[in-house]
Amino acid sequence: MDAGTELRRISEELEALKTGTKNKLSMIVFSGDMDKLLAAFIIATGAVAMGLEVVMFFTFWATPALRDKKKKVGGKDLFGKMFGFMLPRGAGKVKLSKMNMGGMGTAMMKHLMKKKNIASLEEMIALAAELEVKIYICDMSMGLMGFKPGEMIDYPNVEFVGVAKFLEEAGDSKIQLFL
Amino acid sequence: MSDEIKVDVKMDLKGLACPLPVVKVSQQVKKMKVGEVLEAETTDPGAHADFPAWAKSSGNEIVKTVKEEKSAKFYIKKLK
Repeated sequence: MDAGTELRRISEELEALKTGTKNKLSMIVFSGDMDKLLAAFIIATGAVAMGLEVVMFFTFWATPALRDKKKKVGGKDLFGKMFGFMLPRGAGKVKLSKMNMGGMGTAMMKHLMKKKNIASLEEMIALAAELEVKIYICDMSMGLMGFKPGEMIDYPNVEFVGVAKFLEEAGDSKIQLFL
Repeated sequence: MSDEIKVDVKMDLKGLACPLPVVKVSQQVKKMKVGEVLEAETTDPGAHADFPAWAKSSGNEIVKTVKEEKSAKFYIKKLK
């Protein structure tokens, strides 16, 4: 480690001691809408570029966006099966919050994004994984909707946690967001 | 001082949209040595605000910006 890097590390630690915060962004991802999820991942990956550690906490309607379309698990009760059927199977199936128009709007938006070279939600999730963005999934949402860890995407830094774990991370984060 | 900047690494980021230019630049700069210069060419209009913001918070320096017809070149010097 050279002197410059060392100095930077020390000044960051000093800043953390003074303010009680780390160079960290904690985000609650609540929405299951494609546009809001996209915004969440753009902010998350941008934050890594800005030198922040990033934690995303997926809860409620955002949870099914992390399902793997290829994975199927059995042993669900009636409500689990219903939720499984009615909620989107993964990031490729989520819809726009506005102008969905029975799926036409979302399809048009995806086409336009491709044309303008804007990364899709799936590509953004892969980028977040590469940048070591941590993903926490709310255990209670999983249980409520009857999702099983076995049907979620293979993501390198994923954990199934409760609210206390998120609050611990948020407590010493410089930035906290709710999407 | 001459206007010529010695470029160590060139990156073509043309066509990429937010947040990719700034993500790729930050990853590249991480691999470089202190004092080296990266030339990043981008067509993202947001880069004119984003690159200086990124440089400020990461502690690096944009030594020069050149506007071309459809793109812009940023010369980024790694300071830390």
